[in-house]
Amino acid sequence: MCEDCGCGLSAGIPVTLSAHSHSAPGEHEHGHRGHEHGHEHGHDHSHTHDHPHSHPSSGPGSEERQTLELRHAILEKNDLLAERNRGFFRARGLLVINVLSSPGSGKTTLIGETIRRLGKRLKTAVIVGDLATDNDARRLRESGAPVIQITTGTICHLEADMVARAVKQLDLTGLGLLVIENVGNLVCPASFDLGEDLRVVLLSVTDGEDKPLKYPPMFHLANAVVISKLDLAGPCDFHRAAATANIRHIAPRARLFELSSKTGAGLDDWCDYLVKEHEAVKHRDPLGA
Amino acid sequence: MHEFSIMQSALNQAMREARLAGAARVHQIRLRIGVLSGVVPDALQFAFEALTPGTSAEGAVLAIEEVPARFWCAACRKEFVSANLYAECPDCGAPSGELRAGREMELSSMEVDHV
Repeated sequence: MCEDCGCGLSAGIPVTLSAHSHSAPGEHEHGHRGHEHGHEHGHDHSHTHDHPHSHPSSGPGSEERQTLELRHAILEKNDLLAERNRGFFRARGLLVINVLSSPGSGKTTLIGETIRRLGKRLKTAVIVGDLATDNDARRLRESGAPVIQITTGTICHLEADMVARAVKQLDLTGLGLLVIENVGNLVCPASFDLGEDLRVVLLSVTDGEDKPLKYPPMFHLANAVVISKLDLAGPCDFHRAAATANIRHIAPRARLFELSSKTGAGLDDWCDYLVKEHEAVKHRDPLGA
Repeated sequence: MHEFSIMQSALNQAMREARLAGAARVHQIRLRIGVLSGVVPDALQFAFEALTPGTSAEGAVLAIEEVPARFWCAACRKEFVSANLYAECPDCGAPSGELRAGREMELSSMEVDHV
């Protein structure tokens, strides 16, 4: 167990960014009674009963106890903030992708290369999360795109409120694509909806073919899976068929890309996909589905 | 390892409900955790033991119900439980686009002093 994680301190997250707290305009209470509704993204948003109801517990020694029926979604606060982010992004016709992988799978290099290739076709900004350093932000700025670094301190994932605060520092004028590079981690970020349109999970050929089977929650939620570092497939003895079969088992509906940011192989398909997804977002009714 | 923050959120909700009910002590907290939630029950248990001393839930029992992954197969028009977390129908092999259960992260109920 990682006690260093410090995740228990979520009330006063030691995230470096603006110091002000979120006033949450438009935050509203969901008052659904006795039913749940699920979104495509993130968690099962089970909503709370308006009032918990209680009844005396049964069993020995229970006459002094009562049971409170609650059915609270534990991450309700993050889920609400993520939905608010989603509404904010949709109103601006912005395509938002949450890029996830284990550390060192090539997220930063792929994002930098994507920005260069998209150029004027799709103006892009990046929010990048790391525990420490702004090395990734500096690398990404070389592409010419605006980049905001979130330094999470000890927190192993990005949360919706961190993204909301980071977005406030971005000039969104003319922007078509917002890339959120999550903390390199195949476990924790799976639980936190950020308000993105698409979850993109990278599997580098150096990661091994069975990562999807080892980390199903992360891959299950992927809208797109990118096999990266294809130029190293030979030296790594990468078994392509096994990897794609494993991806299909866990994420059968995900779009699959195979590419190398170094040689450029497969990058055109990937960029075309983003442009097409942005077109769909742009023409979507922000109040509709 | 995000179970600490998740356990802390659950405890904050539980303590608030206990206060609202006028209860001084929490005896049991029950969670429903889906196998695809990305949260490990053992790690939640560890966090619970680390976070509860000195609170109204000190000494309380944490009961975790694991919720299996249940998908809907549109071709066979039936649900299937997936033990290996594969999202493909075990009968017809069609990929399922609909997870009906398995991502829960829920504070389902709790036992407190009867007031």
